[in-house]
Amino acid sequence: MTAPDLGTPALEVRGVRVVLGGRLVLRDADLVVRDGDFLGLIGPNGAGKTTLLRAVLGLVPVRDGSVAVGGRSSRAARAGIGYVPQRHEFAWDFPISVEDAVLSGRTRRIGLLRRAGVDDLRAVRDAIDRVRLTDLRRRPVGQLSGGQRQRVLVARALALRPRVLLLDEPFTGLDMPTQELLTDLFSGLAAEGVAVVMTTHDLAGALYSCSRIALLNRTVLATGSPDEVRDPDLWSRAFEISPDSPLLRAIGLEVPA
Amino acid sequence: MISPVDFVADLLNPDLAFLGKALLVALMSSVVCGVIGTHVVLRGMAFIGEAVAHAVFPGLAVAFLLQGSLVLGGAVAGVVTAVLVAVFSQNRRLKEDSVIGIFFVAAFALGIVIISRAPGYAGSLQDFLFGSITGIPDRDVVTVAVAGALLVAGVLLLHKELVTVSLDREMARASGLPVFVLDLVLYVMVTIAIVVSVQTIGNILVLALLITPAATARMLTDRLGVMMALAPCFGALAALVGVYLSWSLDLPTGGTIVLVATAVFLLAWFFAPRHGLARALQHRAGRRAEVLA
Repeated sequence: MTAPDLGTPALEVRGVRVVLGGRLVLRDADLVVRDGDFLGLIGPNGAGKTTLLRAVLGLVPVRDGSVAVGGRSSRAARAGIGYVPQRHEFAWDFPISVEDAVLSGRTRRIGLLRRAGVDDLRAVRDAIDRVRLTDLRRRPVGQLSGGQRQRVLVARALALRPRVLLLDEPFTGLDMPTQELLTDLFSGLAAEGVAVVMTTHDLAGALYSCSRIALLNRTVLATGSPDEVRDPDLWSRAFEISPDSPLLRAIGLEVPA
Repeated sequence: MISPVDFVADLLNPDLAFLGKALLVALMSSVVCGVIGTHVVLRGMAFIGEAVAHAVFPGLAVAFLLQGSLVLGGAVAGVVTAVLVAVFSQNRRLKEDSVIGIFFVAAFALGIVIISRAPGYAGSLQDFLFGSITGIPDRDVVTVAVAGALLVAGVLLLHKELVTVSLDREMARASGLPVFVLDLVLYVMVTIAIVVSVQTIGNILVLALLITPAATARMLTDRLGVMMALAPCFGALAALVGVYLSWSLDLPTGGTIVLVATAVFLLAWFFAPRHGLARALQHRAGRRAEVLA
């Protein structure tokens, strides 16, 4: 792959509008994510966080606007995105080992009527190493804990060696050690140049770990480094809470007297 | 009751050629259903299987009236219904199971109306619903063999795609797999597996051939490859023992095959190495002994 010129963002969402079941879910959403960004996408329930990820992936129809991955908006470009959906999307009762589940991330890339080749198996092994599941790689996925399952889903996305990684609430229901392991992993991937986008409800964690924050409520209200998005007004608009809400104090935002 | 040796002698008796043909068709059907049934069980598609089983009925009835190929007639009706269900399910307001409920009962009703037009229909209706080992034409034996071989080949060739969709539809779609087409292909394969099996085992009971051996295999293993190998073996065992018992005790063939398959399932449920009831009880007793000690 040739190095993209610096002007081309890894992921560029422009003026996206999504209507689901006759309801306007997203309007005029703009989001630019560059190589090496670790972006926390935050907002209340129903703000459209998951919908924005699904729009990027082409899983929901986009009424207006455009989505470009590395400057290209084709289906093939989007198919190279690593996607970690919420854990309940996966059939954990399926009789399959960790390594085969991770390999399933490459099914489309391997292609119809073809078997996994050396490169595929190497990508799977590297991905499993990264999430530290090497010792458990032959274990059926049904026997894994919640944290291990989340790591399987991350490894499955990494098996594509993606330039853009989308994570939908990866920390929900996980204990602190697993959250820490995954946070370190995501930061490490970003440091290597992967554009990481993560939805989360852990506001303090996002402000601490992410290099950039996007506040979402039906549209992207603001994007910037954690220091740039400290205006309490903005947060009270995003979360539809009063400006003196304890939430704002809890995450260390100054409330003007 | 005749001995297994006499059963083999009967199978080789040219005057009883229909028996050998029935056994052959039952064996081939059960193997094919075991392989396809693995996907049906893992995807929780049992209800779709039942729907398709009923949906093939009007096709069989039309083929019977026109003296055409039952396999072909059933396949056409089943595929049409499967496609209708897939298309109508795209409407998010109705859940898929409601759409299936509407179309399969409608198809079955249509079949009953059609077959009532045939002279002497009560007898043929019974054969359709509960299966019959007599009167399988050579032509159908060949059709079942060819269709079965194609189905097994199709499932193996699409294995990784079908598994990826079963594991996680969202990720499969996001990665660019044609999920809708793959669903349709699986429905069509389920339909054909059912149609080729209807002859011996009957329309009502055919679902058991699809679900029971695969569910039995699932009890015994956590590995997909093993499950796909075990399921057709259990199916074949049920077909062989079922045809033998039905011949020697003069029992209805379809019902006997299903009961044998069910007995094997119950054995697996009780004695499965990791998930079985016996193991669970043993485990509990062991823990109690530990606590008491």
